[in-house]
Amino acid sequence: MSHDPSQTSHYINDEFYKNLIIWFSDWQRPENEISKPSLRDEIRNYLEREARLLDDGLHNNWLSLYAPECLYWVPASLGGGDPRSEVATAFDDRRRLEDRIHRLGSDYAWSQQPVSRTNRVVSNVAGFATPDKNIVMTRANFLITEFQAGDFRTWAGWYGHRLNRTSSGWEIVVKQVNLINYDQNLRNPSITL
Amino acid sequence: MDGLASRPGTLVEGYDFNHLIQDDRVHRHIYTEEAIFRTEMKRIFGAVWVYLGHESEIPKNDDFVQTWLGLRPIILIRDSEGRIRALYNRCTHRGSTICRQSSGSAKAFQCPYHGWTFRNTGEISGVPWPDGYAEDFSDGKFNLAQLPRVDNYKGFIFGTLNMDAPSLLDYLGPVAKPLAEWVDRHPGKRVAVCNANRLKLHGNWKLVYDNSADGYHVVFSHRSLIAMENRLVTDGDKGMAFYKESPDAAPMYVYYFGNGHHFKDKRGNVDRKNPGALWDIEGAAPGMEFFEGKLRRDHPSRAEEFLDLAASEPMNINVFPNLHILGNHIQVVRPVSVSETDTTWWGTAVVDEKGELDGAVHDINAIRMRTQEGFPNFGEVDDLMNFEQIQVGLQAEEDEWAYTHRGLGLPGRFTVDDLGTIKGPATDEVFLREYFKEYRRLMTTEPNIQITRDV
Repeated sequence: MSHDPSQTSHYINDEFYKNLIIWFSDWQRPENEISKPSLRDEIRNYLEREARLLDDGLHNNWLSLYAPECLYWVPASLGGGDPRSEVATAFDDRRRLEDRIHRLGSDYAWSQQPVSRTNRVVSNVAGFATPDKNIVMTRANFLITEFQAGDFRTWAGWYGHRLNRTSSGWEIVVKQVNLINYDQNLRNPSITL
Repeated sequence: MDGLASRPGTLVEGYDFNHLIQDDRVHRHIYTEEAIFRTEMKRIFGAVWVYLGHESEIPKNDDFVQTWLGLRPIILIRDSEGRIRALYNRCTHRGSTICRQSSGSAKAFQCPYHGWTFRNTGEISGVPWPDGYAEDFSDGKFNLAQLPRVDNYKGFIFGTLNMDAPSLLDYLGPVAKPLAEWVDRHPGKRVAVCNANRLKLHGNWKLVYDNSADGYHVVFSHRSLIAMENRLVTDGDKGMAFYKESPDAAPMYVYYFGNGHHFKDKRGNVDRKNPGALWDIEGAAPGMEFFEGKLRRDHPSRAEEFLDLAASEPMNINVFPNLHILGNHIQVVRPVSVSETDTTWWGTAVVDEKGELDGAVHDINAIRMRTQEGFPNFGEVDDLMNFEQIQVGLQAEEDEWAYTHRGLGLPGRFTVDDLGTIKGPATDEVFLREYFKEYRRLMTTEPNIQITRDV
C-alpha cells in the first residue's frame, strides 16, 4: 500500500530512524571523499541552487528539490543524537515541511512579519560516496545573514545532505543542519535554514 | 498620579509600586527600567522558591547542570552522597566561575584561574601552595556559597535564598495539585527531560509570565498555527482549534492560586475519561500514522491509552516566577537583562522502569518527541515576536499603561473556593491582575536573603 507523504506520515518509521542514525554516523571518511571534479561541481551547484531558492523566498521551488519522502533536520545535539528519544530544534518530514511553508505563506506568521531577508554563503563543499552508487552524502559550511526590521542576525554551521541521483537529477533525501550554537537559546528561529 | 498616594514602603528605587501596579493596568516601567529589573533579581528571584532544574537532568551521584537563580550562576549537583545542592558557580578566591560546562559529572571543581579546588559538596579541598597564606582554610569561610534551601516536588527542583519563605509545599499551595496530575498521568508517576527547544527574546521576562495563562491571544497570535494544524483535516478540529468560536464560553478556565501561581485548564474541551480523546485532537506529526498503526496492531487493548501518552495534555501550569508546564513541555524562563530573556522548552519523555507499558515506551516516545516540536516551531516563535514588539511599543514614554482588565467588574464572572482559588473564563485577565498584586507585595518587601557555606 502506498501513501502520499504530503498527507500521511508512514515513512518516518522504525526503519527510517534506524537508517537515519546509520547514514549520519561516521560518514565523512577520507577514503570515500569524491575527487572527480565534474561530480563535485554538480553537487556544489545543487547546494548553491538550494541556497538561492531560499534566499529568494521561493519555498515551493525549494521544496521541489526534495524527495517525496524527505527530512529537514536541525538537531539540538551534537551529531544529531537519537531523535526517537530526544527533541530536535526541527525534525520535519514532508508533511511538516509543507506545513512550515504553508504557515510562512499565510500572512499571519508574525515571526516572519516583516519577512526576513536572507543571504546565504555555502562553501567548503565535500562529497562522500556511499555503498549505494546513486546516493552521495555532502558536507558544506553555511553562513546565513538574516536581516529583519533593522536587525542583523547570523546563522552559522554546516549542512549534511543526503542526495539521491534519480533519472531526472538529484533530490534531497535528508538535510541535516548543524548549527554551531545547536545547544544555545536561539532568537526567532523561524526562517528555513 | 491618578489619585494613588505613595505610601512608605511602596517606593523602590524611586518608583512607587502602588502607582505602577493598579487594579486594571500596569505601568510600562516594570518592563523597561533597569533599576526595577535589578530589584526583581533580589526581591523576586532572591525571595521565592525558584525552579532550578529537573531531577532527571542529574540522575546519578556527581551529575551536575549549570543553571541560574535570576542572574546568579548556579551549579545544580547531586553530590557524591546523593544530596541535591545548588552551589554558587563562583570561586571564593577571586570570583571566577569554576564550572564552564553546561552539564557533566564531577566529584570536584577546580577553578581554572588559580587552581582552588572544591568538593562537589562545596567544601574547599585545597589551594595551591597553602604555605603562602597566614591562615589555614579549615573554618569554612572559603567553601563555595550555596542556597540554604533546596527542595524537590515531583521531580521539580526548586531553591530559595529566603530564610523566611514558607516550605516549598506551602509556597506551591493549590498549584501542587495540577502539577501532580500532570506528572502522575505517566507510568511510574514520572517523566524525564529529553533535550529542549531553546528560544531567546529581546523582551522582559514578565512578558512570558503574562502570556502563560492568557487564553485571549490564542486565535490571534497563533492564527497561522491553527490554520496550519487544520489545513489537511477533515474529521474534526485539531490542536488549539477549541479557541476558535467563542472561547469565553468553552469549558476551559483560568485559575489564580495565590503566590503568583496560575493555571489555564483546557482539559474540559476533551473527554479525558475517554481513552484516546487526547490523541484525537493531536495535530499532524512526523511518523504519527506509522507508530499509531504499530501501537494499534501490537497493543490492541491499550493503544488508546498509549497514544494519549504521546499526545499533549491541555494544561498550562505556571509556577511563579519561572516554571511553566504546557502540553508535555517543561518551559523554564531565565531573565538575562531587563530586555532579554531565554525561554527553554524542555521536552519530556515517558519512562517505563517497571515495564508497565508492554514494551511500547519507545514507540510512544518516538511520536511524543515529534508532537512536542510543533508548538515551539510554529506557535511560540509568533508569540515571541509579539512580546518583542511589546518591548518596542513600551518605549513610547508618554503612553504609560498596559491594561489587564478583561473580566474586571463583570458580575458573576469569577468564583472563589475555600482555598481562595479564583476561577474564571480562560480568556480573562484575572490571573494577570492577581499575580501583579503579589508581584507588588514582593517588590516592596525586603527578603531575608542568606547564603550558606555549611556542608
